[in-house]
Amino acid sequence: MLDINTKQLKKNAFRITKERGKTAVRIRVPGGNMHVKFFSVIQEIAEKYGNGTVHITTRQGFEIPGIDMKNMPDINKMLQPIIDGLEINQEAPGCGYPASGTRNISACVGNAYCPYGNYNTGELAKKIEKAVFPHDRHVKIAVTGCPNDCIKARMQDFGIIGMTEPQYDPYRCVGCQACVKNCKKRATGALKFENFKVVRDHSKCIGCGECVIKCPTGAWTRSEEKYYKLVIMGRTGKKNPRIAQDFIKWADEESVIKIILNTYEYIEEYIDKEAYQGKEHIGYIVDRTGYQEFKKWALKDVNLGPKAEVAQTINW
Amino acid sequence: MGFRMDVERFDELLTELQKNYRIYAPVLLKGKGRYSETDTIRYAEINSIKDVVFDKKSVFSPKEVILPITQTLFYFTEDNVIEPKVDEKNILIFLRSCDIHAVKRLDEIYLRNRFADSYYAALRTKVKFVLMECEKSFENCFCVSMGSNRTDEYDLFVRLEDGKVYVESKNETFDGLFKDEENAEVSPKFVLENETVVKIPENLDQRVFKSKMWDEYDERCIACGRCNFVCGTCACFTMQDIFYKDNPNAGERRRVWASCMVDGFTDMAGGHSFRKKYGERMRFKVMHKVYDFNKRFGYHMCVGCGRCDDICPEYISFANAVNKLNDAMKEVE
Ligand code: SF4
Ligand code: SF4
Ligand code: SF4
Ligand code: SF4
Ligand code: SF4
Repeated sequence: MLDINTKQLKKNAFRITKERGKTAVRIRVPGGNMHVKFFSVIQEIAEKYGNGTVHITTRQGFEIPGIDMKNMPDINKMLQPIIDGLEINQEAPGCGYPASGTRNISACVGNAYCPYGNYNTGELAKKIEKAVFPHDRHVKIAVTGCPNDCIKARMQDFGIIGMTEPQYDPYRCVGCQACVKNCKKRATGALKFENFKVVRDHSKCIGCGECVIKCPTGAWTRSEEKYYKLVIMGRTGKKNPRIAQDFIKWADEESVIKIILNTYEYIEEYIDKEAYQGKEHIGYIVDRTGYQEFKKWALKDVNLGPKAEVAQTINW
Repeated sequence: MGFRMDVERFDELLTELQKNYRIYAPVLLKGKGRYSETDTIRYAEINSIKDVVFDKKSVFSPKEVILPITQTLFYFTEDNVIEPKVDEKNILIFLRSCDIHAVKRLDEIYLRNRFADSYYAALRTKVKFVLMECEKSFENCFCVSMGSNRTDEYDLFVRLEDGKVYVESKNETFDGLFKDEENAEVSPKFVLENETVVKIPENLDQRVFKSKMWDEYDERCIACGRCNFVCGTCACFTMQDIFYKDNPNAGERRRVWASCMVDGFTDMAGGHSFRKKYGERMRFKVMHKVYDFNKRFGYHMCVGCGRCDDICPEYISFANAVNKLNDAMKEVE
């Protein structure tokens, strides 16, 4: 006889499946990078309790299907080394994941080894995870190293895109125009060649850093500060799917994290209390209250740096 | 004459030297590498021997000290031409054996090639060399093959070891400076072998132009010019006449480094013209480094520092291209 609280089960990062009595457990891997030693745990669970397979999720976690619901307590115990190893915030050891609403923070490989990466995406993903998890509110966050957006940050509620502010040393510039041509072809055409030197139009520059990569003499270098573009309220799904739009350009890391935390307070204030199963995605709340109200809450006590540019309005 | 002293003492003498010299050495520039959170090593002025990077090769050669990347030759107005003031100070450069040999090539091109280049001469005559030793060959070096692994054309030799600085002075200008220091036996060690060995065919000549070996570079090379800009012996420049925006009757003439690999550098010193195919550019570069220069001056232009191989984003090896000349000559003979 199974008597299962499905709300609890879902909160615990298990899921209801097609097959009665069977569940699947989701393992979160913030930043999408982990030591391979944890594979043996996944393997053991899948072989002993599951159907011998594992699904690699779109959010860069693992989901082990075919588990008998009655074995959930055992699974939670077995998961403990992964939860500890990946430093996931937990309420009680041995009880598995304390929430599932706020999804795994996914990340592209970033500057760990991608030449285009403007920062360490894995580290930021872990920092955000530490700040926001556990939380029941359904929020999707992803971080990506540069505007190539390999992680598809623009499909998230919050997408964080790495930027650098290129620094130009006219003395080192030989006028080959590699940066100018490349910016035009592959980025935004923010560079112009004038009087044998390069002029950057900051309003057009997306901070991808490609000019730094292309310059053969090191005339372009990266800014000491790292900057981020925060794009918001992208979504997939049935109702009105859409791409996330630019909220803040040239933001700093601390502000980005604070804004995300503020958003949880905004959700508590405005979430539709009648919503199906108490779940309403943040994007739909912003649709209801309007961008200005969201902005007011999001920016509460946030000290954006002098370079930051906040969108006046957003039309998704 | 050899001396031994503490780092602090050496730095005191360095400060003393700075009264008359600008002192350049390879230094670590944090976060200034091409990629995020990477560093780079370039030439810059130093204030302490602790600033000098001894254990790695600099990305760019020391040539930029003598041959600035951008150099204003003169300012002009409608009826006047003014040359910029030349810095009074002399110049000391910390550099390795191959780099000293590279400066000799630049001298050949700029001082002994028909007539002397006065802008080059103005800086060059100020320069004294501080030899840095290579404890072992770095990656991609082939100085032994090019005979640039040894030199005695230095003024000072400096070694930093276990917190002590060892100095050998070969120039009496510095006798006074070190006279109170503890005497010691100091002489540089030189690298005697490299992993990379380059062999230039004895019978190399222009027939090799017809070889198929160049074709692969049409595809592989992206004509970025990095191999030229890091090279201590590439000497080409281009002229730029700048007319000021707010007063188009006034301006300045500058010269800046040029590259035989990059699109559009047609008016380089030496007058070689724009080669369209990248393989042809590669051929020109290789032949210039290990054939043309030698024909004219009796020794090779390339000193085997390996910086071109270190930097190429497409992993094209210049050293290997030179070695391929051997088969290429067999192919065309
Ligand atoms: S988004 Fe940028 S940094 Fe991240 S993997 Fe793609 S190209 Fe690299
Ligand atoms: S790529 Fe570098 S050297 Fe070439 S024009 Fe741009 S800044 Fe100047
Ligand atoms: S950072 Fe990107 S967009 Fe900005 S100037 Fe450089 S290449 Fe262009
Ligand atoms: S061609 Fe390459 S190896 Fe030879 S001197 Fe120039 S950079 Fe050094
Ligand atoms: S050989 Fe390499 S470094 Fe030189 S121009 Fe070609 S791609 Fe650039």
